[in-house]
Amino acid sequence: MEATKKGAKQPRVIPGFGVSLGVTVAMLSLVVLIPFAALAVNALKLSPGEFWSVITQDRVLSSFAVSLETSAVAACVNMVMGLILAWVLVRYDFPGKKVMNGMIELPFALPTAVAGISLTSLTSENGAIGKFFAMFGIRIAYTKAGIVFALIFVGIPFVVRAVMPVLEKFDSSFEEAASVMGATRVGIFFKVILPELLPSLLTGTGLAFGRGLGEYGSVVFIAGNKPYETEIAPLIIMSKLQQFDYTAACSIGLVMLLASFLLLFLMNLVQVRNTKILRGGEA
Amino acid sequence: MKAAGLAALVLLTGLLAGCGYQAVSGNHVTLINVSYDPTREFYESYNKVFAGYWEAKTGENVSVVQSHGGSGKQALEVANGLEADVVTLALESDIDAVESAGLIDQGWIDELPDDSAPYTSTIVFLVRKGNPKNIQDWDDLVRDDVAIVTPNPKTSGGARWNFLAAWSYASQKYHGDEDKCRAFVKKLYEHVVVLDSGARAATTSFTGNGQGDVLICWENEAYLSLADSDGAYEMITPSVSILAQPSVAVVDANAQDHGTADVAEAYLSYLYSDKAQEIAAQYYYRPVNKEILKKHSDTFDLTMKLTTIDDFGGWDEAQRRFFADGGIFDSIYEH
Amino acid sequence: MENETELRKPKGAGGYVLIAVSAIFFFVFLILPLVTVFQNAFSDGMLPYFKAVMDVYTRKATLLTLEVTAIALCVNTVFGLFAVWAVTKFQFQGKRILTTLIDLPVSVSPVIAGLMYILLYGRTSPLYPWLKSHSIHIVFAVPAIVIATIFVTFPYVFREIVPVLETEGTDEEEAAAIMGANWWTIFSRVTFPHMKWAFFYGIVLCTARAMGEFGAVSILSGHLRGLTNTLPLHVEILFNEFNSQAAFAVSSILVIIAIGILIVRSLLEARAKG
Repeated sequence: MEATKKGAKQPRVIPGFGVSLGVTVAMLSLVVLIPFAALAVNALKLSPGEFWSVITQDRVLSSFAVSLETSAVAACVNMVMGLILAWVLVRYDFPGKKVMNGMIELPFALPTAVAGISLTSLTSENGAIGKFFAMFGIRIAYTKAGIVFALIFVGIPFVVRAVMPVLEKFDSSFEEAASVMGATRVGIFFKVILPELLPSLLTGTGLAFGRGLGEYGSVVFIAGNKPYETEIAPLIIMSKLQQFDYTAACSIGLVMLLASFLLLFLMNLVQVRNTKILRGGEA
Repeated sequence: MKAAGLAALVLLTGLLAGCGYQAVSGNHVTLINVSYDPTREFYESYNKVFAGYWEAKTGENVSVVQSHGGSGKQALEVANGLEADVVTLALESDIDAVESAGLIDQGWIDELPDDSAPYTSTIVFLVRKGNPKNIQDWDDLVRDDVAIVTPNPKTSGGARWNFLAAWSYASQKYHGDEDKCRAFVKKLYEHVVVLDSGARAATTSFTGNGQGDVLICWENEAYLSLADSDGAYEMITPSVSILAQPSVAVVDANAQDHGTADVAEAYLSYLYSDKAQEIAAQYYYRPVNKEILKKHSDTFDLTMKLTTIDDFGGWDEAQRRFFADGGIFDSIYEH
Repeated sequence: MENETELRKPKGAGGYVLIAVSAIFFFVFLILPLVTVFQNAFSDGMLPYFKAVMDVYTRKATLLTLEVTAIALCVNTVFGLFAVWAVTKFQFQGKRILTTLIDLPVSVSPVIAGLMYILLYGRTSPLYPWLKSHSIHIVFAVPAIVIATIFVTFPYVFREIVPVLETEGTDEEEAAAIMGANWWTIFSRVTFPHMKWAFFYGIVLCTARAMGEFGAVSILSGHLRGLTNTLPLHVEILFNEFNSQAAFAVSSILVIIAIGILIVRSLLEARAKG
């Protein structure tokens, strides 16, 4: 542990630092940073006052709120369900497990537009799921619930696949020791396993949340897109583009980008802290 | 480092693969027609007819690459470097946008007859079988028990015609009293249950997912839905509507670059030939050729009173007044 | 090397409840949408299905999608491995910002991603005259599709591996390095076995996402039929042309390819884990 903490100042023992960091930064610049700069340059053609008035229009603010709210709800659902799915897939043996395990990534492979169309037809009053909920007077398609539904679909693989590898490597001797010492199973889970899983769980949830904020293809079909109710931020950008209003589109895009960056940065901070605690504990 | 080299190589291969297309080579010429969504089948038929005509005339072999998408988005892409030789879009203002990017010469609208719109359409209603809500005209749409599906004029160029059609009716009814028109249209959009991003998505919400009692849509799209549905829907033509004129133009800068200016011009003017006009009618677009239009009067309701965009002072004015940020459409949704 | 956790039959009611919850979730969110796709694809019977699937434009779109996916996968795998090495094996200033930036593409709206590249390489860009004079087509041609796909799948391989290696630490690599092993030996003998599964998951995730990418590609492709139409775009176009049966038939190709990849992965996994 000492070595890694002082690593920044001491000569590095492990080879390949320069090359790997060089390649990483070079590609990052090409793919991510330079394009972002192009976006920022276009957004900053506006004066600060204009910029502010573009991003604080009622319509724009309410679309931010819709996007944030729906992706937060979907991310919470995905965090819980993703953890349960990963747990079940790693720990238990049951019929159909292979199929389940194999198909977790399918939401990625299905083009978002196809997902949107299918999910809408499933959750409208004519569809299997919609019919069921209609009995309780709940509408899913064309409401915020529909947006959440679509975002759960696009986000679930992130959580499951982030948690599974860690859970697979998890040493069950901890649990056994704890259980010998008389801890209950629920106690073991919350005191021993969950802290260990937390970094990856948070990463997965963070990615699912971020993806939800930006998701466009599937949501436009299921949302109904009513201004102030189910209109999401990416749709506003799209409609600005349709009016050839680049600078406004870039401004809103820039705000969303900064929001995602902050969110991910916080997630990374939490994760780094957690990893340190964990490694300290192991040593 | 080896791996980085490999990555660079792979990227390069990708780049080269993208440069593989050439507009004119030997006896073969390729045209790129950037169009909007539901014109594909029409142009697929037309392209064959045109290829035959052009080969007979010049001996040159022409193939047309089609691109379809939302009209505004397509215009935006051409303005951003999509190398279209011709654009065939849903509204004049979309072509104006390409013009103001400096790619189309000014005055394109007078290059071809009938405002450079070789086929037209209008806005109609699609209702469920038997018309259970007895919807006959625009007035019925603002009744309390009626739910409407129509796309968002902000994201769908085609849907701007829908809005203007409703406004035309109100304007006629209230003799142009703007406050009353505004109130009527506001009330109408309050009855909209789904405001989809495009015409096709709105149709699916109405047909596939059973939303709303009436779909406001283009006549040609209504016919496509009817053909697809074995009698589950009916088309209703309102008393007043608007003449939707999808315009066409040669993208001069690109065509000159590609050396395709002649064939591009011929491609568009041939749209006015009897043969092409017949094909348009076959795909439910109203031909501008009056005789051919009359021949198809059982398909097209010729008794509707159609206003035109000129009644709104042209697209520039209509765009600014109704659809720009802070315009009348936005004010509908203000609290 | 793996700490194999023993698989077991669920103990007590808790386990069964978890399995049941998972099964219901799985059915509602994954199986039903798939069933919808196939149901619609075959709604007019077998003949129209195969007609749509064998259509010349569908075939071209399939080839393009495979090509783009392969390129994006190579680039991102190479990038992912370098980035993982830099981030998990060394401490340096700005590391958190670096990892956050690598993650960013996942949460950037595809709409914004497309817009960025249009601004960078499109007609309004200062670069455009130069590109044009060298007849390099980027936007509305294959390169833009490749770049957009690389962008949206950029962090996947990296992201999957990092959590695993972070819990692992660097002690083993340091020991190996002190004993004089070169980087390749360290990587292939010490590091890789730890991250093997995460690496595979990353590749599968990246492939699946690359094939299905719609938003950013849709803005950058120009939708030129037979030239720049990927499968997801072809689906969109068919749908917009009121041809929903064909649209779903073409989507089913994507689903079938994805299932194929997932089966291959499961086989590999089963063999390796014995």
